[in-house]
Amino acid sequence: MRRVVVTGLGLVTPLGADVETAWANIIASKSGAGTITRFDATDYACRIACEVKPADHAYGFDPGKRVDHKVQRQVDPFIIYGIDAAGQAIEDAGLTDMSEEERYRAGCSIGSGIGGLPGIASESIVLHEKGPRRVSPHFVHGRLINLISGQVSIKYGLMGPNHAVVTACSTGAHSIGDAARMIAMDDADVMLAGGAEGAICPLGIAGFAQARALSTSFNDTPEKASRPYDKDRDGFVMGEGAGVVVLEEYERAKARGAKIYAEVVGYGLSGDAYHVTAPHPEGSGAYRSMEMALRKSGLSPADIDYINAHGTSTPLGDELELGAVRRLFGSAMDTVSMSSTKSAIGHLLGGAGAVESIFCILALRDQIVPPTLNLDNPSDNCVGVDLVPHVAKKRQVKAVLNNSFGFGGTNASLVMKAI
Amino acid sequence: MSETAERVKKIVVEHLGVEADKVTEDASFIDDLGADSLDIVELVMAFEEEFGVEIPDDAAEKISTVKDAITYIDSHKG
Repeated sequence: MRRVVVTGLGLVTPLGADVETAWANIIASKSGAGTITRFDATDYACRIACEVKPADHAYGFDPGKRVDHKVQRQVDPFIIYGIDAAGQAIEDAGLTDMSEEERYRAGCSIGSGIGGLPGIASESIVLHEKGPRRVSPHFVHGRLINLISGQVSIKYGLMGPNHAVVTACSTGAHSIGDAARMIAMDDADVMLAGGAEGAICPLGIAGFAQARALSTSFNDTPEKASRPYDKDRDGFVMGEGAGVVVLEEYERAKARGAKIYAEVVGYGLSGDAYHVTAPHPEGSGAYRSMEMALRKSGLSPADIDYINAHGTSTPLGDELELGAVRRLFGSAMDTVSMSSTKSAIGHLLGGAGAVESIFCILALRDQIVPPTLNLDNPSDNCVGVDLVPHVAKKRQVKAVLNNSFGFGGTNASLVMKAI
Repeated sequence: MSETAERVKKIVVEHLGVEADKVTEDASFIDDLGADSLDIVELVMAFEEEFGVEIPDDAAEKISTVKDAITYIDSHKG
């Protein structure tokens, strides 16, 4: 099988709309959480989220930088975030001017968990109030999940595989894993892979709150709400944004002298076959996903220095993931660091696995692991685990594991290592 | 420029993201202003909303320049 490496990164997050800004803020223990500004959430059980900041904010996002004015008007926010993150990644990789021949072998695998919920909600009101002749002709293709891959392929002329994963909160990790396999299997040489989400809207917040998934006890102190592994955690904080990486066949990347961030060495995936929202009580799906990724990588648990946990800050999920990690890692728990960056940027749902994989890659690059914020009183079963509380930690990082688990009982794990 | 022309021009600039000075009366939506067929459907909807006129599909199909739009609106608005 061909080897696959990462040669470009792109991020749009609540803590910064480019890789270096977002990473610097993560390492500085900043929080992207705040009171919801997109709509009046006064009457909602959850009134907080990690929103991508407006262009005039110190680390805000300017959609006009990489997304055409007309496209901005026609599509939902998740597509705008995805196009921008993909643009950053392909620029970072130095692949914006590939030949036609190269572009036949370059594709996209950028998904989303939810897709265009804000636009579906608002256009259904237009239909109800003004009738079918007032529904936008761009309604459908401005909301479809595969339209990040579609838009990006058109913008950069990428004629290889055009794919879009939809596996709830595992989307970003599955997208990267699937794309890596396409390169390994010789379907493509270059893939833009990742995930995006933009579902902070009345229906999104109400829906997740009704599913009892969101934090509702910290509406007055939003930056305290996302607290994975802490005793007082009570649900996740919704985030938004996108993460996209450029994956490239190793020999090709080496031959052109590309900057190589990491090699994707292991990918594991599994299903819980248990419940639509609750994780398996023994964490068996999570365990099997991690175990498969490790087995494929040829590494042992002791080789893994850092785990970016799924760790959403829900009472049940965090415990079960930690239990599964403990069973798999055994005595290697003594040397591994594990943190959840959702404590800082919230849960980016379909974007999470990709954004967090990028944080893993940056941990490899900079030999530092990002913190778990708000870990004031760790749960009883956290004893003896380095969850990197409060502040980032300098340490050796040679290999990393990223976990993502989603509604429906879908699990994905990625192992990456330095070249 | 007539009041209708001003308002039409404003809508075109907003929807297509083009420079205002490119939106001349002779400009073709598709050939000169970069619109596709769905953009025209959207523009026609915006004209209907703005001017309170109804532009049936067969009439909309004949609107290809800025002037076509202005002429249709002027002859049909109440």
